[in-house]
Amino acid sequence: MLLALIGGALIGLSASLYWSLNGRVAGISGIFGGALLQADEARGQRLWFLLGLIASGVGFAVFTNRVPAPTLPLFPLAVAGLLVGFGTRMGGGCTSGHGVCGLSRLSLRSLVAVLTFMSTAAITVFIVRHVLEWWPAR
Amino acid sequence: MKAMLSALACGLLFGIGLCISGMTDPRNIIAFLDLGGRWSPNLAGVMFGAIAVHLSWLRWLARGDQANQCSLPPANSKHIDRALIGGAALFGIGWGVSGYCPGPAIVALGSGSLGAFVSVLAMAAGMILNEGVRWMIKRSGKRSLVVR
Repeated sequence: MLLALIGGALIGLSASLYWSLNGRVAGISGIFGGALLQADEARGQRLWFLLGLIASGVGFAVFTNRVPAPTLPLFPLAVAGLLVGFGTRMGGGCTSGHGVCGLSRLSLRSLVAVLTFMSTAAITVFIVRHVLEWWPAR
Repeated sequence: MKAMLSALACGLLFGIGLCISGMTDPRNIIAFLDLGGRWSPNLAGVMFGAIAVHLSWLRWLARGDQANQCSLPPANSKHIDRALIGGAALFGIGWGVSGYCPGPAIVALGSGSLGAFVSVLAMAAGMILNEGVRWMIKRSGKRSLVVR
């Protein structure tokens, strides 16, 4: 739990610095989607942010000398990714944009979004892990 | 140049936070979402830590007189619509299936995870698909759904 709090504090610090130095909200779906689809003056910053994310993952793999194995077959992972990509663009944010940044701004929209995606996620996990006998992961 | 460097540093810091809190492993995400299994509160701890720091920072920026108010985040719309709720609901379903939301998936892609690689590619496809649907709805003139 201590590592969770420290990691969370670093994420909060990153969101704060990105707001103060770049004047932008550190929502990852917005940064990723914007880098893909919006050819504006902020595209470069978005790509550099994404590069930083990827570099931290490379560093972590080198440091721990461990590559995580997929927890699911690739087909359900791809379907899930499609829903995440479509849904975060439609709803205007994900765990970071609505969850961390939006809640820190006391945004009502973000609170509604977080309660909605937490609920559907928990219901989905319950169904696939405890109801569907044939689900490939326990 | 300065904006590029600070964006890179912020991305690195964000990713390090996700790594050390264990959030890049989808099993830890599922453990939080799985209320019927062996529940783990860690994701709540990450959210709490992040919001505590960011909220304090934003309050600190907004302290004092009106002159500083320009550095406040723009006023957030209170408008709750079908796109917000429908989008968040779809995102939650996908997140519950895989345990990958965009941030952790992109970091885990850097760690060489095949599952994360497939997830990120599919997320990109989902975002492009959303853009296509928006375009079609805009063209057909029905703005009730998706378009905000």
